[in-house]
Amino acid sequence: MKKKSRFARYSLQDKALLITGYVLLGLFVVAIIIPMIYIVVASFMDPVVLQNKGLTFDFSKWTLTAYERVMSNASIWIGFKNAVIYSLVFTFVSVFVTLLAAYPMSRTDFKGRGFFNVLFVITMFFGGGLIPTYLLISNMGLKNSMWAIILPGAFSVWNMIIARTYYQGIPSELREAAEVDGANEMVYYFKILLPVCTPVIAVLALWQFVGMWNSYFDAMIYLNDAAKQPLQLVLRSILIQNQPESGMISDMQSTAQRAQLAELLKYATIIVSSLPLIVMYPFFQKYFDAGIMAGSVKG
Amino acid sequence: MKKSSTSPSAKTLKKGTGLKGTLNYVVTHWQLYVIFLLPALALTIIFRYIPMGGILIAFQDYNPIRGILGSRWVGLKYFTRFLSSPDFMTYLANTLKLSIYGMLWGFPIPILLAFLLNRIESKGIKKKIQLVLYMPNFVSVIVLCGMVRIFLSVTGPVNLLFGSSINFMTMPEAFRTIYIASGIWQGAGWASIMYTASLSNASQDLREAAIIDGANIFQQIKTVEWPAIKDMVIIQFILQAGNIMSIGFEKAYALQTDLNLGTSEIIATYVYKKGLLDGDYSFSTAVGLFNTVINVILLVAVNKIVARMNEGKGL
Repeated sequence: MKKKSRFARYSLQDKALLITGYVLLGLFVVAIIIPMIYIVVASFMDPVVLQNKGLTFDFSKWTLTAYERVMSNASIWIGFKNAVIYSLVFTFVSVFVTLLAAYPMSRTDFKGRGFFNVLFVITMFFGGGLIPTYLLISNMGLKNSMWAIILPGAFSVWNMIIARTYYQGIPSELREAAEVDGANEMVYYFKILLPVCTPVIAVLALWQFVGMWNSYFDAMIYLNDAAKQPLQLVLRSILIQNQPESGMISDMQSTAQRAQLAELLKYATIIVSSLPLIVMYPFFQKYFDAGIMAGSVKG
Repeated sequence: MKKSSTSPSAKTLKKGTGLKGTLNYVVTHWQLYVIFLLPALALTIIFRYIPMGGILIAFQDYNPIRGILGSRWVGLKYFTRFLSSPDFMTYLANTLKLSIYGMLWGFPIPILLAFLLNRIESKGIKKKIQLVLYMPNFVSVIVLCGMVRIFLSVTGPVNLLFGSSINFMTMPEAFRTIYIASGIWQGAGWASIMYTASLSNASQDLREAAIIDGANIFQQIKTVEWPAIKDMVIIQFILQAGNIMSIGFEKAYALQTDLNLGTSEIIATYVYKKGLLDGDYSFSTAVGLFNTVINVILLVAVNKIVARMNEGKGL
């Protein structure tokens, strides 16, 4: 009732504008969905049908071949396992270090705050670059170790600023009360402050997890051992370099068949690899606003 | 509220004057330094500041066996080599065009999306649309580029649809469009979150008043909605414009083919290839340093310009 009346109150010109706007938004949403639906449907196609005719909704022609081959491929699973380990460890280390550092940086009485702040912020805009970092990590003997991709990016200044801003929004009465009760810094921080910071912790954790899960550059330059490569590197050889894992298609006789199958496997690979995050993220959606707003306040 | 928030700092102020006071503070608050700050500080010094020292190899004929101390100094040799090579202008132009065009197209769309979302009265529908808009952000760069390659391949759906057989991925003139359009597909929805959040927090009552005053949609946007997001738009603009030279490696590299290098080779991918594939450490470091310095200059300049236009308020 109220909705209707609001729309009715708009002038004719405004109504036209509004409808144009809705149509634009609708088109954008459709443009996002269509490629996704295409990939999902195509992943069930018979490779020959797909190449010659494109999609078909004749369900008798649908098959699970691609999924069977992708799921039975060892390197995909190794990639998955590595990606889960790296992403979890990275998220834990990164969020922990960042949240810890944000605490003294949030306190106005902290001596050296200005100095440390400059020290940290400089690194947001200036750095040694690729080769000096690469040489350092090689000299530290971290090549082919997961720490090579975890430690260098673990402390994020940007995220520290977000967490700091969030801490500053928490009433200082909380700390005074804790001090009166004789709680020291550690007790106050872990028992009282962190529990009320769940939204920002959830958002930072999600960002770091997604960031690590989806990146490939560091792994590409530091992890040469095939057994250590995360999922994105396995995907890279299948999707970008057009080199499906040999076990996936080697039973096919002709080159043409192999090429068709390799093409089909790309679709199933995309679905299998993207599903975990796509399914996971709606559960975090309620924290987005809180986290983003904390970050948007000037640090 | 005000009284209580000043009391702890007043207390420490009394104790904390002079060197002795500082020392006293550090000793009584040692946990803040050792437990809270030290891990971040150590990581920053090791992985951020030590590599800055490594920049010295840009001025040397660096030899990994001899190390930085034993390598021969050559001054600006590698900078001169890069700046005078015919490729220099190409890579610089590729980098700048890719980010400037990307920003011209990509910057306004999230703002437009936020305005449109804000006009949707039903909370349920709005939420569902947001769910879809944010989704591509969770697709990885590799998967995104894999999808682009599938859709644009000679036998792919785009060619099937138009009955053509164009190999887009090998066309240098198509690269930027592909890069920017796929970037908008992936990122515009996600980038609109912060605008959407501040619009929905700020504007309801004011907008109601504006509507009663007979303001049309443009007037409402001008008086109510734009002021609610203006500061955020400016900050985002400074950050993006100032980071024009630091356009990322991952996506450009994943969309490169041997045939589209004419437009797809940017400084970041060039640095990687020269340094890690060819082992030309000193040259690569020099190119990287050149890029970083230009980026810092741009950031400072953009911040100054915006601050002047915006009554002294910059970043």
